[in-house]
Amino acid sequence: MTPAIKIEQLHKHFGDLHALKGIDLTIEQGEFFALLGPNGAGKSTLINLLAGLLRPTQGKLAVMGFDVNRQYQQARHALGVVPQELVFDPFFNVREMLRFQAGYFGRGRENDAWIDEVIECLGLTDKAHTNMRRLSGGMKRRALIAQALAHKPPVLVLDEPTAGVDVELRQLLWEFIKRLNREGHTIILTTHYLEEAETLCSRIAMMKQGEIVALDSTQNLLNRLPEKKLRLKLGAATLPASLKPLLLSQGRGGIQESGEYTLALAEVTQIEFILAELRNAQIKVEDIQLIEADLEDVFVDLIGHA
Amino acid sequence: MSFNFRRFQLNSLRAPWTLFKKELLRFWRVSFQTVAAPVMTALLYLLIFSHVLEAHVQVYPGVGYTAFLIPGLMMMSLLQNAFANSSSSLIQSKVMGNIVFLLLTPLSYLELFLAFLAASIIRGLVVGLSIYLVAMLFIDLPITHPWLILAFAVLGSGLLGAFGVIAGIWAEKFDQMAAFQNFIIMPLTFLSGVFYSIHSLPPFWQQVSHLNPFFYMIDGFRYGFFGKGDIAPEISLSVVAISFFTISWLTLSLLKSGYKLRG
Ligand SMILES: Nc1ncnc2c1ncn2[C@@H]1O[C@H](COP(=O)(O)OP(=O)(O)OP(=O)(O)O)[C@@H](O)[C@H]1O
Ligand SMILES: [Mg+2]
Repeated sequence: MTPAIKIEQLHKHFGDLHALKGIDLTIEQGEFFALLGPNGAGKSTLINLLAGLLRPTQGKLAVMGFDVNRQYQQARHALGVVPQELVFDPFFNVREMLRFQAGYFGRGRENDAWIDEVIECLGLTDKAHTNMRRLSGGMKRRALIAQALAHKPPVLVLDEPTAGVDVELRQLLWEFIKRLNREGHTIILTTHYLEEAETLCSRIAMMKQGEIVALDSTQNLLNRLPEKKLRLKLGAATLPASLKPLLLSQGRGGIQESGEYTLALAEVTQIEFILAELRNAQIKVEDIQLIEADLEDVFVDLIGHA
Repeated sequence: MSFNFRRFQLNSLRAPWTLFKKELLRFWRVSFQTVAAPVMTALLYLLIFSHVLEAHVQVYPGVGYTAFLIPGLMMMSLLQNAFANSSSSLIQSKVMGNIVFLLLTPLSYLELFLAFLAASIIRGLVVGLSIYLVAMLFIDLPITHPWLILAFAVLGSGLLGAFGVIAGIWAEKFDQMAAFQNFIIMPLTFLSGVFYSIHSLPPFWQQVSHLNPFFYMIDGFRYGFFGKGDIAPEISLSVVAISFFTISWLTLSLLKSGYKLRG
């Protein structure tokens, strides 16, 4: 099967800035894929290159087998993009905008039922006749997502769709996107909420300074850090010196102001040693919690704290 | 996921048609500002200049100054509004960022151009025609060569519509666009013989006027009404047509190159 996305040896320079340094990435049809990385890693640049908003300095990109530059019309038919910036056209209302957007892709009245469905699934029914200018920020974001879906593209790219969005929409949005994914749409998203990526996406690429530093299934990434963490609340007492080597780095929240200490465990049996040391030092433990490594740990481990 | 591209190609005309419709709606929704206001301005010019000059100036034998003025004012407003339509749409989309909605679509650069061009021509014609209709209330204007009038109106608004696309692509801020309007479009229209025949100018300025494409548009357009002009209509029509195709070609090359639109 043709991959949904195929990127080969992609470089992008902005003047002196080498924003993408040889990206190779293949995303199969039907995947739910996350593109993660700190601010400025190059996620949006990569997406804008896919969308044809930017042109590569070097390298090739294809959407559903269509070259993004040479077969741009086919490639763009196959792609829906939710841009990161909250942009809108102040002249029209939500439904008009969606009809226009579908029309640019050659779709007419026969597409109206789909537009109504998108409007409903994103909770925009009440706002369908409201001018874009009068929508709240979160509502504008919904309309932006709806616009990317107006022509029902097989590949959907969402650049931080949940930035500035309330809990209700997040749930609504992810239910809808999950459904689209079940129906065969390929979904690619960027987000700074790592729990979202962890629960939704089956595969993840982590980017740093224009390079992909990890590309694996979510499960494999999580398994990279077999360590568990132990969180201790010690009240007024400080951690005995013998336990300090186990402390997580400060970047990962080793010591919290509230008097909580988080230790990294290479294996669970270390707990006995820790408790013994605390008892020897006659420190009373107020609370104790064993925590599994999550995507954030993997992220910090790979990316480091700037 | 089945994805059939061919199915969409049948409807390929619908894409530029949609953009054309949207561009029309965009000015029609605010027609008070985009049609009524320029008509009002033109009528004010008409009122003041004809009042002051009617008794003193006769450009062609048998043609009163007020009658002489009307085609010039129509053409001037038509040109300015055709330019405003494409240029303001593009600069607004760029500043607001919603230009991406267009750039994400499979619209080709040719389709994009034709849609903006057609909407500009319609806006120009609507404004020109409105001025004509209102002026008719006050004065009778002969129409000697209707096809010539239409040809100059369409080519002129097309030329300025295309020029507006260039300005819209080039400008990054509203004040750059204002500079374009105030330092290029306005002087060229005012110095094109809207208010006078260039034969009333000193020889040097007559020569300079011949370098101004707007002069040919106004003179040819006026010829369509009175059957008289400063130069032969075939020449004006050729100059305007050549200018239109040259500017269109330039605009298409800019759009094709992605200049300032796709980084
Ligand atoms: N049009 C541009 N011109 C110049 N530099 C740019 C441009 N777009 C992006 N950059 C630079 O390229 C780098 C990558 O930016 P990009 O927007 O892709 O990051 P990102 O991973 O999306 O970050 P964020 O999480 O903040 O959205 C940054 O250093 C940015 O300043
Ligand atoms: Mg970004």
